[in-house]
Amino acid sequence: MNIVRWQRPGLANWPDFGRLSDLRDEIDRLFESPFTELTRTSRLLSGWTPALDVYEDKDNFTVKAELPGMKKEDIEVTLHDGTLSISGERKSESKHEDAEVYRAERFFGRFQRTVTLPTRVAADKVKASYTDGVLTITLPKTEDAKPKYIDVSVN
Amino acid sequence: MKFMKALLKNESQSEINHARNRQFITPDVNIYETKDGYVLEAEMSGVNKDGLSVTLEGHEITIIGTRTVEAEPGEALFRERQNADYRRVFELDPAIDTERISARMNQGVLFLTLPKSEAVKPRVIKVDE
Repeated sequence: MNIVRWQRPGLANWPDFGRLSDLRDEIDRLFESPFTELTRTSRLLSGWTPALDVYEDKDNFTVKAELPGMKKEDIEVTLHDGTLSISGERKSESKHEDAEVYRAERFFGRFQRTVTLPTRVAADKVKASYTDGVLTITLPKTEDAKPKYIDVSVN
Repeated sequence: MKFMKALLKNESQSEINHARNRQFITPDVNIYETKDGYVLEAEMSGVNKDGLSVTLEGHEITIIGTRTVEAEPGEALFRERQNADYRRVFELDPAIDTERISARMNQGVLFLTLPKSEAVKPRVIKVDE
């Protein structure tokens, strides 16, 4: 791929279709990705929707989100009524005022994602960590939400 | 095209070709040019400096980011993240001094600094009388 000169569009979040090559990239994505993937990543339909996984084992829910290039203090994680919300703002790390922009594919600005958890979690025991651009949130289930096994003796 | 090749493959070769046709994610990049050189930022979440490989061949630079293997914390209820590694190739401006390229990783973002060689930098020429 060549380094192609890129012009900054007037609006920060406007799809960057100023160049034919950008339009071609977008059409390529259309054929390469499954539809759900497209709606999530396409610049046509949204700003930035970080990819997210939710896992469950018998004690915890684990949520992993890809948030490359953030500062820890710019990530907000809240839990309200069984709904986990991850939001924040990504700011450009370096200033490039006198620089020419050749490619601008990274998104800077605010994002938000919410996950409704299937069972109750212990809000005071939720833990979050951020490494290599991946946010990991561990949400322990409350005792009454864990599956229970009762021995029934059959006579 | 990739699909066609896959169909023509015979079974004994499939494992080798699988490695060769390894699926990669193309990382999103920003590229800036200043008078001193270029700055390239590439988003590769899940990659740290041990998983990063930047190789130079002539005037082509290849960036490969291999994710740190994560243990799956239970059964997946919902999955959007892709497990594939990252790869992207760029052709470099011949003005870049390839000896002085430097790279650093910060929270899943690669920052590549590609300085221009002294010879091509704009220079002010003093006019004598």
